[in-house]
Amino acid sequence: MDSSQLLGITTFTYLFSTLLYAFLLVFKTPRLGHIATYFTAAAFLIQTAGIALRWVESYQMGIGHAPLTNMYESVVFFAWTIIAFYLAIEWIYKTRIIGAFAVPLAFFAMAYASFSSNISKSISPLVPALQSNWLIAHVITCFVGYAAFAVAAALGIMYLMKSRTQPAPTPLIKQPDLLPSLSFIDDLIHKTMIFGFIWLSAGIITGAIWANSAWGTYWSWDPKETWSLITWFFYAITLHARYTRGWSGKKIALLALIGFISVLFTYYGVNFLLSGLHSYGSGS
Amino acid sequence: MKLINQLWAFFASVQLAIFTLGSIALTSIIGTIIPQGKPNDFYVDYFDAKTAIFLQILDIPTMYSSWWFYGLLGLLCTNLIICSLERLPAVWRIITADNLAIPLERIEKMNSLRQWSLRTEEVDSIDWQETLKSGGWRCETRKLGDSSLSFSQKGRWSRLGVYIVHTSILVIFFGAIIGYFFGFKGSVMIPELRSTEKIFTNPGSIPIELGFTIRCNSFGLEFYDNGMPKEYNSSLTILENGKEILNEIIKVNSPLTYKGITFYQSSYQGHQEFLIEITEASTGESRQFSLPFQQQISWDDKNLRFGIINVEAVGQRVLRSKVWFKAGDDPAITQWLTNNEIVSFTSVEKKYSLKSKQLYSTGLQVAKDPGVWIVYFGCGLLLLGLYMAFFLSHKRIWLYQQVTAKGMLISLAGSANKNKLAFVQAFTRLEGFVDQTIRRYNNKNP
Repeated sequence: MDSSQLLGITTFTYLFSTLLYAFLLVFKTPRLGHIATYFTAAAFLIQTAGIALRWVESYQMGIGHAPLTNMYESVVFFAWTIIAFYLAIEWIYKTRIIGAFAVPLAFFAMAYASFSSNISKSISPLVPALQSNWLIAHVITCFVGYAAFAVAAALGIMYLMKSRTQPAPTPLIKQPDLLPSLSFIDDLIHKTMIFGFIWLSAGIITGAIWANSAWGTYWSWDPKETWSLITWFFYAITLHARYTRGWSGKKIALLALIGFISVLFTYYGVNFLLSGLHSYGSGS
Repeated sequence: MKLINQLWAFFASVQLAIFTLGSIALTSIIGTIIPQGKPNDFYVDYFDAKTAIFLQILDIPTMYSSWWFYGLLGLLCTNLIICSLERLPAVWRIITADNLAIPLERIEKMNSLRQWSLRTEEVDSIDWQETLKSGGWRCETRKLGDSSLSFSQKGRWSRLGVYIVHTSILVIFFGAIIGYFFGFKGSVMIPELRSTEKIFTNPGSIPIELGFTIRCNSFGLEFYDNGMPKEYNSSLTILENGKEILNEIIKVNSPLTYKGITFYQSSYQGHQEFLIEITEASTGESRQFSLPFQQQISWDDKNLRFGIINVEAVGQRVLRSKVWFKAGDDPAITQWLTNNEIVSFTSVEKKYSLKSKQLYSTGLQVAKDPGVWIVYFGCGLLLLGLYMAFFLSHKRIWLYQQVTAKGMLISLAGSANKNKLAFVQAFTRLEGFVDQTIRRYNNKNP
């Protein structure tokens, strides 16, 4: 059993989790919820084992380093943080149905990592610039932030879906509504955004400190840095709109979605569409 | 006066903040799409002559240091300062308020409120301070005639979180300005065995005197089996007045700092030149020579002549070199050597060992930035401020004991400025403690 097998299994288990949560959403059978949770948790453990094994394998190859150093590894880690973050939310708020919106994101990430032909899966040694203790701190802080923004976007979709069906006249036979109340979703979007914002800030800061110890400049307006700042500004504006203008509901849900597009561009788009210092984060 | 007030209100407004943040974010995109800092010809080729002129007028090729981008950053700073000054006094009043002077009718209007009736006339019979303290709330109490009011609060300083965030951004800008005016960024290429006293700024290539000498003793290059670079390192020596002060090996991610100037390993260059070290085995006498490719050089004292006559290279990196060696009138010897491989040559009377390697220059980034610690301090402040602003809340509770016709009325009330759900839980917990105290009192005084 090697790490790529485990991570391959993870892809399919996340697909199955997605289906379970989708089933839960459509057929409103709460009993299925437990199964979905246990299944996702099991998939998460398999993925954790896969990542740990990849770490061990890199040491066996004599080029030991944390599995966070190329596009494949980062996408896998992104999926991992999304699930970790989602399971924590499920645990704290006791609402399962968010999984129908959050788990697919992790599945898409894993599917992309596993099947895309333009990212290399091999464990490669670290180029001199990446040989730094800041690597782990920088990648983890950024990805916790990204995962929180991903879940905020998932919640945003959920909010928009629910608010579309909400004004319909109450049906004669009341169906159990598994989606939490709009105000609850709204509050949770806000909280996940705040959480993501702090981690993104920490991610930018650790990146700046690392850049300074490697190149002597903490900020050089390279496209990746600039896009992370654009994303940071975007969420800063959103938070200000909420605190001082009282924005909430649909507007914030929509902003959570747009913000996540900016996150995806910072994370992924910049590597493939623009050139810069972060070139080692791309495909091969 | 009216104009000043209007201007003040404009600079303090959230609308301006949203406009400025949005403008910085949107215009920043331009610089990520249009390559920055290239010569004009590049833009003429990339677009066309007219567009290139247009871009130059707007400073797009160096937009992050253009007048209008600095203008936007300046606007952001002004906005941050004025909006904070505008709001801070009111917040400060809340933080330092005498909460025991609260209008009593407000207590009964709070969202979290619970009241108990007590049939007693002994005013001092219950120690509320003790009850609240056991619930985790340290309070102060004031007598108001027959009645008494206790107050306790937590996290009042969290109200400053937002302003700490605003200040931290100003601190970061301040650090950047200090670095801009009192520091420099530059680079230098130093061939092995050579030294330099000056470096060249980047951009601009203006020479800057270091005030000391830096020598490159050697440059090392290592590769993984798959050909990827594994390590670049330079052995550097700092000299002052010809005296060696400091010897250090730097690598990417571990620079050398001397007198506030930091040297970073950033690039290298392989030359068509070689370093040959020859040692006479019997005496141990040794000398190092630097010689160009395919040129003969001699060590006259020993009557030796030698040179590199052929190489095997990948790009500019020499993997093996062929040495030609002639001692006195002996026939010449040739041999292929890898870098730093030691080979022995025996002439008629003496034995020599020889070592050869390609000559490299190390490429160093050089930076002096006295503002960097201010920037880091600002970053720390930013995280602290965000934590305070988002995760801490100002929670206040009042316990009012008033004498009524039937005995006494106890009112427990409270509020929080954020995270109300968590406060309601804390409040409910505290209700339990008050309940317990009252029950115990009623049991003792039936």
